[in-house]
Amino acid sequence: MESSLATSIGKIQLERPIMLASGILGISLDVFNRLYHSGAGAVVTKSLSKEPWEGYSNPTICSVKGGGWINAVGLSNPGASYFSKMIETNKDVPILVSLVGSIPEDFEFMVKQFENCKVTAYELNLSCPHVAKVGLEVGDDPELVKKIITTVKNTTNIPVIAKVGLGTTNYLNTVDISVESGIDAITAINTIRAMVIDVETKRPILSNKFGGLSGKPIKPIALRCVYEISSKYDIPIIGCGGVSTWEDAIEFFLAGASSVQLGSIIGDNWIGVFNEINNGIKKYMNDNGFSKIEEMVGLAKKS
Amino acid sequence: MQRNHNYPKVCLIEKVINETHTVRTLVFSDEVMSNVLPGQFAMVWIPGINEIPMSVMITNESGKAAFTVRKHGPSSTGLFNVKVGQQIGIRGPYGNSFDLKQGKLLLVGGGTGLVPMMRLLTFVTPDDDVTVLIGAKSKEEVFFEDLANNLLKKNKHQVIVTTDDGSYGEKGFVTDMVEKLVNHHHYDGVYTCGPEIMMFKTVQSAYSKGFFVQASLERMMKCGVGLCGSCCVGEDLVCRDGTVFDGEHLLSNKEFGHYYRNKAGILENYKI
Repeated sequence: MESSLATSIGKIQLERPIMLASGILGISLDVFNRLYHSGAGAVVTKSLSKEPWEGYSNPTICSVKGGGWINAVGLSNPGASYFSKMIETNKDVPILVSLVGSIPEDFEFMVKQFENCKVTAYELNLSCPHVAKVGLEVGDDPELVKKIITTVKNTTNIPVIAKVGLGTTNYLNTVDISVESGIDAITAINTIRAMVIDVETKRPILSNKFGGLSGKPIKPIALRCVYEISSKYDIPIIGCGGVSTWEDAIEFFLAGASSVQLGSIIGDNWIGVFNEINNGIKKYMNDNGFSKIEEMVGLAKKS
Repeated sequence: MQRNHNYPKVCLIEKVINETHTVRTLVFSDEVMSNVLPGQFAMVWIPGINEIPMSVMITNESGKAAFTVRKHGPSSTGLFNVKVGQQIGIRGPYGNSFDLKQGKLLLVGGGTGLVPMMRLLTFVTPDDDVTVLIGAKSKEEVFFEDLANNLLKKNKHQVIVTTDDGSYGEKGFVTDMVEKLVNHHHYDGVYTCGPEIMMFKTVQSAYSKGFFVQASLERMMKCGVGLCGSCCVGEDLVCRDGTVFDGEHLLSNKEFGHYYRNKAGILENYKI
């Protein structure tokens, strides 16, 4: 039997298991269409805020000697209202709308902007490591996480995902409170707070000094988190962190993820990477006798 | 160790040339940057100020390259004010380059958009008949006219300067001169870089005559490598798919000539 790349993350059905991660390229519907036709199963938007944000001054992105990327773009985005109007005409692309904010009311306002849009899910960014008052500062506050998730769940019937990351508290506490609050799935993980200092100019390269580390160096950490979450909770998981090859994607499936997101590798290999990975997964499935993605999910925990 | 093109290489400015009262050329030594293709760009880090995309200017010394910058906003003014001996960081080169045809060529440049045009001139073959059009607001903003003549001294060529106020060269907009030229001559290739409206009109004029035409676009950029999405024009990413696009493709893009994205990613109109 021909193996299928289709996957489901709880109630979310996708034709292909690789998504574009939030923060990457997610700014125009034309680009979303292009990525979808290049093999992405879904795209996650840049994290949208209630008002437009300009983000930090450059340098905002830089590669790390030895591997990976560091960024402090600062969540620049056109704001939820503008963005929702732009994607109103979307018919084809499964879009996950990423949202960032400080209080439950921000999230409620933003979700309401998308009432006339085809939205596959909302992904709550509870883990951006380089912007004050949002992201990790929210994710590290269990009571606030609970209020935000409850509010969003009461505002929409569309699935809601929490994106968690490594902050100052145990990220499993955030997962715990998210599951308790009725979250539909977990994305793990975000970039990891980090910095780069240039030895010639003797100063941090990023204008914000601190940023988030992404790409290959964080993959084993992300994989560990997916494995831990899937060992402890019966919740659909989207793996995110350093996915660069089909083998990385398979590792995440085996650890317990039903889908993976990728981003940084686009900076190295450009967007052909989606179909490269899709084809690699399909071959692996054929070679190993898997007909569906779900047959692989969490297998590594049984060994 | 192999150079990581995505990490800033720190270079010292060795020479500063005043081109006009608002335009300067900053010269530095770097083998990689001295050999970039016309249309490619670098991300230039001015420590403590910003990082901006810049076309790489030619120099008359091997192993050296330059940036020609007009002081405009805080970032370009920061680069404009860099002195001899100061450090800048350079990532890249990024982007594609012009597809240079042979025969009768027309190059249209405005402002620092002349930088990739000058580099393109170093690739023409001796049999090419080359017309360079330089558009400026007024006499004091004209630069690279002598350089263009020098680069083309072995070719049949003409360098035409237009100024909006008529204080030098031909009076009028450079795009009116483009229209006049394409109506009277056949061109095997038309190449343009400069203000978007100038490029838009140039592409329209050349394409309407069935000429091969390409433009090198500029947009706000953060990463330069296709990650941040800041430079998207419709479905195209200027950093990764460009900076050079075929005219036919550009005219099918609903944003070209009309909209650019601001720092938040909101589309704004070009003021005509």
